[in-house]
Amino acid sequence: MTFPWLTTLIALPALGAVLTALVPSGRGVLAKQVALTGALATLAVGAVISLQYLFDLDVGVEAERYEWIPQFGASWALDVNGISLALIGLTVVATPIVALAMWREAEPDKRDPKTFFALLLAVEALTLTAFASRDLLLFYLVFEAMLIPLYFMIGMYGGPQRRYAAVKFLLYNLAGGLIMLAAVIGVYVLSVDAGSGTFFVPDLVALDIAEDTQRWLFLGFMIAFAIKAPLWPFHTWLPDAAAEATPANAAFLSGVVDKVGTFGMIALALPLFPDAARDFAPVIVTLAVVSIVYGALLAIGQTDMKRLIGYTSISHFGFIVLGIFALTGESASGATLYMVNHGLSTIALFVVVGFMIARRGSRLVGDYGGVQKPAPKLAGVFLFAALSGLALPPLSTFLSEFLVISGTFLQYREAAIVATLGIVLAALYMLWLYQRTMTGPVQAGNEDTPDLRRREVAVVTPLIALILVIGFFPKPLVDVIDEAVEPTLTEVDVDQPGPLAPVADETAEHSNEGTEQ
Amino acid sequence: MISTYSTLATAVSTQAEHGGQVAVEATGIYSWTWLLIAFPLLGAAVLLLGGRRTDRIGHLVGTVASSLSFVMGVVLFVAMLGEGDAERAFTLDLWEWFNAGGYQVEVSLLLDQLSMAFVLLITGVGSLIHVYSIGYMEHDERRRRFFGYLNLFVAAMLLLVLAADYLILFIGWEGVGLASYLLIGFWQHKPSAAVAAKKAFVVNRVGDMGMVLAVASMLAVFGSSSYSLVFANAENASTGWLTAIGLFLLLAACGKSAQFPLQSWLLDAMEGPTPVSALIHAATMVTAGVYLVVRSAAIYDLAPDARTAVVIVGAITLLMGAIIGCAKDDIKKALAGSTMSQIGYMMLAAGLGPAGYAFAIFHLLTHGFFKANMFLGAGSVMHGMNDEVDMRKFGGLRVAMPVTFATFAMGYLAIIGIPPFAGYFSKDRIIEAAFAENWVYGICALLGAGITAFYMTRVMLMTFFGARRWKQSEPPHESPSVMTVPLVVLAVLSVVGGAGLLYLTGDIVQWLAPVTGEAHHDLPMPLALLVTLTLLTVLAGVAVAWGMYGRKAIREDVPAGNPLTVAARRDLYGDAFNEAVLMRPGQYLTRSLVYVENRGVDGAVVGTATAVGGLSSRLRRWQTGFVRSYALTMFAGVGFVVVAMLLVRLP
Repeated sequence: MTFPWLTTLIALPALGAVLTALVPSGRGVLAKQVALTGALATLAVGAVISLQYLFDLDVGVEAERYEWIPQFGASWALDVNGISLALIGLTVVATPIVALAMWREAEPDKRDPKTFFALLLAVEALTLTAFASRDLLLFYLVFEAMLIPLYFMIGMYGGPQRRYAAVKFLLYNLAGGLIMLAAVIGVYVLSVDAGSGTFFVPDLVALDIAEDTQRWLFLGFMIAFAIKAPLWPFHTWLPDAAAEATPANAAFLSGVVDKVGTFGMIALALPLFPDAARDFAPVIVTLAVVSIVYGALLAIGQTDMKRLIGYTSISHFGFIVLGIFALTGESASGATLYMVNHGLSTIALFVVVGFMIARRGSRLVGDYGGVQKPAPKLAGVFLFAALSGLALPPLSTFLSEFLVISGTFLQYREAAIVATLGIVLAALYMLWLYQRTMTGPVQAGNEDTPDLRRREVAVVTPLIALILVIGFFPKPLVDVIDEAVEPTLTEVDVDQPGPLAPVADETAEHSNEGTEQ
Repeated sequence: MISTYSTLATAVSTQAEHGGQVAVEATGIYSWTWLLIAFPLLGAAVLLLGGRRTDRIGHLVGTVASSLSFVMGVVLFVAMLGEGDAERAFTLDLWEWFNAGGYQVEVSLLLDQLSMAFVLLITGVGSLIHVYSIGYMEHDERRRRFFGYLNLFVAAMLLLVLAADYLILFIGWEGVGLASYLLIGFWQHKPSAAVAAKKAFVVNRVGDMGMVLAVASMLAVFGSSSYSLVFANAENASTGWLTAIGLFLLLAACGKSAQFPLQSWLLDAMEGPTPVSALIHAATMVTAGVYLVVRSAAIYDLAPDARTAVVIVGAITLLMGAIIGCAKDDIKKALAGSTMSQIGYMMLAAGLGPAGYAFAIFHLLTHGFFKANMFLGAGSVMHGMNDEVDMRKFGGLRVAMPVTFATFAMGYLAIIGIPPFAGYFSKDRIIEAAFAENWVYGICALLGAGITAFYMTRVMLMTFFGARRWKQSEPPHESPSVMTVPLVVLAVLSVVGGAGLLYLTGDIVQWLAPVTGEAHHDLPMPLALLVTLTLLTVLAGVAVAWGMYGRKAIREDVPAGNPLTVAARRDLYGDAFNEAVLMRPGQYLTRSLVYVENRGVDGAVVGTATAVGGLSSRLRRWQTGFVRSYALTMFAGVGFVVVAMLLVRLP
């Protein structure tokens, strides 16, 4: 038997979480070091796994399936394809960065940091399980279970309104989860009807479900995912959570964990309920476009930096959902790539804003001004994160946003045209934020802002490097994503529009037909 | 309309005859084309990442990087001169960028007659401006960073003109936008500079919507955005799509080139240091829109309606910019209005199709010389006048700053089109081509020439002639030679640049024909008559300006002016329009959405949350037990429901 790479990938952070929790109280630094080690070990395993997919080096990563609850046909089934690989990669890279970023975040409250760090690793383990799981029951359980550590991370370590934000977060996501539970059971029952009860996703995909039934089940899944993602109008928990959670926690939440929602859409909702997905696509495309514009407009109107970034995420999640449900190869690959790039760019933004908050003790835009003068490096990194947030080519975010828009244009021209408004609004909210906080005369209270420290440089350097590297050389990543997206779209069976004006050697008649608008 | 269609017929036939140059894979010296971009990119990386260690030598590193690129450009140009007329296009594939859903993009370069012309302009004028900046920015503590940004700009601009795929072009396109943003806002501590920088970027993003949609349309129609595939298949596409693509590209060009209706950012962009205004906002970046249209000749040739739109945009902007230029007392803003106007000329020419593409590029090149010359001259004046820009406070500077005066005068004679200065050759041809196409276009172009003569004479008189109106105790001093030498070089180019380009390329029309095609039209009047008419119009403009600003003393307060002057001072209400139609409603919309979001959408949920408000405090009490009980409850719940459903379903 080969080495169980995928189970190891999940076990390591889980073990790290336990070890961190076991560190005696009062040894805060040790707890942090244990947690960081756990995160780095997970990163190493993740790197080995991605070698096999990105660069075709056979390291023996294979699908794993062990019996779990045979009575229900539930199994510990793990597998990786390009989509999940991209998100696993994001998770393992993000966790140590976030751990390092939140090094001091537990301290203002004088709370024991070990719980904070143990919870982070617990969330990592659960998130990785969600991305790798091929068993619907397993997916559902971790989808729900990750709410618990997150609830405590927000509720114990966040800002003044943290309890309110944490409860709101929990209620929203629980509500979505319960609806999904009904749908999960519905799918299971259908599998029982079809012969043998199972939660194994490939078997469920093979089920032939009547279109009417598909619609109900699809809605059950989609509501949960749309709350998680979050999609307008299910989004209102995110700005509060983003504002109240500590910056690094907010980064991890909207940068990584929320991707479980969009991942569920493309990896579960589409292949399980292809007919329903096709039927509902125009509605979801509309909601996605509303999200893009609405999130961006709300971001422009914010006075709290973290809320502002929360709203930009809503706009960006709109792009991701748009790309998934436009159902073209370009748009869906772009959306998946967007999940990774949005993760990197949002983490960078939250983290840099966190640096500012750590110095000035305020989240309000109005308390800053002219910071570039005392802290030019901080300003430079902030500008880089902002440019990545507004998808400036060749930063990695650009390609994903462009693929989503152009791929959507193939199927939904109006939606794509409205979505391009997002690129103007993004410039506005990002650069206006930069202008208000970093430029102009130095505002009172900012004169002695210290520039980036070594730990902070270590936090942002890998983010900047990845945003640049994926921007210039996206091919290996795009290739594996594209390979995984294609069968998904085949499952949904939507006609992929070919070029309207084919290459010259085609018959003139054909091309004339094709070019009619 | 009839004339438009007859042009189309000519265009198509000539395109087939001349535009069919096939690009070959770059070998030998051409396979080093990437070095053009690599030098300044490396320079930028060293300067921006090197930190304080590179402070002392930063300006030298930047200048050398740009100059190496120029040397490389000259080497390639000489090599290209040795090739056959229609064998001067080379492609260089660097790496495959991505392939998603069947849409494949290579990072590849195309070096041909058109991009060659731009390479020389960008690196040549660019290097001169680097040299000039050594002196101009000498006392700025962030000079290293300034050179880093300049290098970044040169690299991005070269990528823009060398790309062989619209999406790669877009990288350069946004790169120059970024450099422009950074350099307009270089003095970030000034709120006005920061605001102007953001405005430039945001307005350009409106243009970028056009670019994104143009490439998206290409993907829909051609399945590719590479020049070779798009141009080769353009004739298979429907006119509707080609027109749409043409209009989207025009929107992009309007943003970058500050053409109506996206012109408002350029005047504010003068907040940047003057070398930046010269390089980016006069000689090179703002002409990128013209490049885009000319590069897309294969599309515009088949989309006459889109070309008409290009001509109309060009004609409106050329008059608009000229009128604005007449009313500005700020020397840089007067020149900025002039830039808008001159680019309007280029747009107009580009919109004429194969009859005008080459003239657009010709004027673009000569304009690059004389406008950079005059902007740097303005910078030299400011340098000697404690950064004063108000021409009402200048006067009589020709004595104090003889070199600046002499070089500025060359630029002046070039822009108003006095033979044999550079602008005469290029602008006259545009006016001819405009008349050949349509009387209305021709009259707009002719009128523009007259107004140009007026406002440039005004600038000349207010700055260098008349009484001394400056108050400073020290007389203004001439700039150091590190600044005047580039001025002299550019002045020489302003004099001989037009004739010189014709000589070097063996007539620029022939040079570009393999890329753009060519077409000739008969003038509705004898050529000599038109040339005379143009010169008379120019002289009339000069005479009127002389009457208003030469013979009479210039007032130091601002006269009330007639309604047109007042409107022109306010940029013909471009900003007022944007504010009333876009900004105010936008702010209102944003504010009301925030209000509704916080009270409406969220309200319902807050109610629920308040209802369970007690919950959280209770939860806190049983924190430790909670996780387990929650998980257990959940799991038990799942089990229960599954069992229940199975029981119900079982027979």
